[in-house]
Amino acid sequence: MEFKDYYKTMGVARDATQDEIKRAYRKLARKYHPDVSKEADAEERFKEVGEAYEVLKDPEKRLAYDQLGANWRAGQEFRPPPDWDAGFEFSGGGYTDADAADHSAFFEELFGRGGYTRARGGERRRTFRMRGEDHHAKVLIDLVDSFSGATRSITLRMPELTEDGHVVASERSLNVRIPKGIRPGQQIRLVGQGGPGIGGGESGDLYLEVEFRDHPYFRVDGADLYLNLPVAPWEAALGASIKAPTPSGVVDLKIPANSNQGRRLRLKERGLPGKKPGDLYVVLQVTLPPADSEAAKRLYQQMKDQLGFNPRAHLGVS
Amino acid sequence: MAKTELKLVLTGELLDEDSEITLLELCRTCDVKAETIEALVEQGILEPSDRPGALWRFRADSIKRTRIVLRLQRDLGVNLAGAALALELLERIEELSARLRQVRSL
Repeated sequence: MEFKDYYKTMGVARDATQDEIKRAYRKLARKYHPDVSKEADAEERFKEVGEAYEVLKDPEKRLAYDQLGANWRAGQEFRPPPDWDAGFEFSGGGYTDADAADHSAFFEELFGRGGYTRARGGERRRTFRMRGEDHHAKVLIDLVDSFSGATRSITLRMPELTEDGHVVASERSLNVRIPKGIRPGQQIRLVGQGGPGIGGGESGDLYLEVEFRDHPYFRVDGADLYLNLPVAPWEAALGASIKAPTPSGVVDLKIPANSNQGRRLRLKERGLPGKKPGDLYVVLQVTLPPADSEAAKRLYQQMKDQLGFNPRAHLGVS
Repeated sequence: MAKTELKLVLTGELLDEDSEITLLELCRTCDVKAETIEALVEQGILEPSDRPGALWRFRADSIKRTRIVLRLQRDLGVNLAGAALALELLERIEELSARLRQVRSL
């Protein structure tokens, strides 16, 4: 078992005051909260900080932890000295806001397992026959999965209560059909696939929230798709018939003459399929050929001389 | 670690923007009392359909919003109004990042 340096995790000195610890916690909690943070390891860090705070905010636990001595280093192989907790009685397990299932082996060795109190949310129904909890998970799919429908295998990890009252992580895989036309943020409800009921109560449901992997060139906005499509200046100016990629295959696209940078062309019902199919918006990106040859330079020079074009006329400058 | 394999392909119910869930379903899935949901409605975080209280129905995305607000409130020590503000800012950031990704892909 590795020693955990709770002071280091919280970024405070060993002699920090309770107020300093509280301030450090608030700051770190905001930084690593999984709903707020964009950092890849946010959830892991958030749990570590929560565990450190669980110990340091409680003067009893902090004193006991301090008694282990200041010579331990984070990650060092650790065995609690015998009778290290003599004289302490940790009141009520102390599981307040933290989720007991998230605590490290180090924490459990020192302060015990709190049993499965599930302090989260806090509002429990007190009946002997109880419906299982609903579970929530996310599933990441590709844009094409929404076009054709797909089957995704997902692995869920959830805390499970053993008969002797311990919490173990249990893992299970499900194959789930992803319906055609699904959009980011929509959910799939799987009745009876949540937590098991207690005392003969029915099982809870499983809610899967769908997220899309970023696509290299299609952006999803609700049911609509956006595609930035590069066009040559003469295609935009003179009009042209060009090819455009769509998730369901290449289509012919007519560029109207005198189109300009950023013009949006709507391809009706080429967005995500469904009861109300979305549209595909092609956004023209006029792309200049480089002036890297004599011929190209001559053509640009010719345009300059003959067009008398001032793109800044509306700004009142030339 | 217990491991159970399930080879069966499960077909669930799609909750889309037209789907509505009942007050009871929302309370159950977010593990809260109706009073908590009422408070979220008062903050304007959730907008129930126009029916008397117990018959309220919510858009399916209310589940996600409720869960985020409750987590923010629990973990960050903010009140409901603060959590509501954070939720709206988070949604705004999400929208802007999506646009930014598109602009960057040019």
